[in-house]
Amino acid sequence: MNNTTLRLSSSIGSAFVAKVEKVSGQKLLACYQCGKCSAGCPMAAHMDILPNQIVRMAQLGMQKQLLASKTIWTCVSCLTCNSRCPKDIRIAEIIESLRQTALHNGQRDDRLNIMELSPAARGDLPPIAMISAMRKLTS
Amino acid sequence: MKLIYYPGCTLKNSARNFDTSTVSSMAQLDVEVEELERWNCCGTVHALGSDNVMNRVAPVTNLIRVKEAQANEFMTSCAMCYNTLKRANNDVKKHADKLNTINEFLNLEQTKYQGDVDVLHLLEYLRDRVGFDKLAAKVKKPLKGLRVACYYGCLLVRPKEVAFDDVENPMIMESLITALGATPVNFALKTECCGAYHAVGSPEIIADRTDKIMGSANEEQVDLVVVSCPLCAYNLDFKQDDAKRLNPDFQHMPVLYFTQLMALALECGKEALGFDLHHIDPLPTLAARGLA
Repeated sequence: MNNTTLRLSSSIGSAFVAKVEKVSGQKLLACYQCGKCSAGCPMAAHMDILPNQIVRMAQLGMQKQLLASKTIWTCVSCLTCNSRCPKDIRIAEIIESLRQTALHNGQRDDRLNIMELSPAARGDLPPIAMISAMRKLTS
Repeated sequence: MKLIYYPGCTLKNSARNFDTSTVSSMAQLDVEVEELERWNCCGTVHALGSDNVMNRVAPVTNLIRVKEAQANEFMTSCAMCYNTLKRANNDVKKHADKLNTINEFLNLEQTKYQGDVDVLHLLEYLRDRVGFDKLAAKVKKPLKGLRVACYYGCLLVRPKEVAFDDVENPMIMESLITALGATPVNFALKTECCGAYHAVGSPEIIADRTDKIMGSANEEQVDLVVVSCPLCAYNLDFKQDDAKRLNPDFQHMPVLYFTQLMALALECGKEALGFDLHHIDPLPTLAARGLA
């Protein structure tokens, strides 16, 4: 019989994993991949990586793939995943920590340029749409 | 005693009808409402990172203004303001270190915040302080025959720490609609996100969400949808043409604030209703039910 090693620490991705856990305030290894977060996610159809996969990839420290994903910009923190997680993991907080890591990299890698919108579009949008988009998508 | 009222930026802008219908309905219910002096932006979204103390400054400044108005609670009807202010309040009440940092940052303020203000949403104020039975007794024009789908979206029910009703199946708006004499109709997607700020950069997502949510309400043969958030209202009302382009079977339907139905039933007058600010005009639907 072969011996297998079960890794119980989330130190695989080292500094990146530690940062995600610290900024999100979540223990990544609490997730056992039931998939409830992705099943209920209203944005799942517009994502390239599903929320449960985000958590798994974060456990494994897959920084490059996570920060290049479309998903971290698609999630609008509606918190359906958080409210349904049987392990009380706050998936939206994990995704927010990834967004912040991408935005706070010293490059000003913003995902939204308000000035590129037409004046008509800018005038039409409610103020809370503009402010929340800038808060979530710009550094 | 006067009830301090926090309108928020969008109620003074594209959602002026939400403001006027709120204020005039409260007057009909004999609640004296006073707009908070020197209110500022609520922050619109609650920053989720553990190191986001800076993003609590805007909401906490409003809580200081409430204290300066000699009050220990205030009401807002905007779901987004409610959610952001309530969560910031919960956060600083729970973490004394964060509150201390914020008070030190706001050292020019005469008043220090000590976690001693409560944030109320208009719906919970109507339920717990006014009472839906008292509201029903004040109705002058019962909205008989009007079939209404109540859309909660995210901000009234999530996270559970700020929810004043069941997270998965809230019924508070349905109780209000019943008190107004109309017929509340349940629908599957009443707590599903509308896409929120994607209205700015990804309108294709909003078209899809609007098609799904309004389509779900339409399946129940309702006359209109009521909301409590000006961003939900914008997405579900103004993006219906995009939804129609995405799905030719999409049926247009009016979207109103719950306060507008209240103002209609309490006969607050045309000015309070502000139906001119809608994309899909509610008047033909209301006229068909003999209500306009």
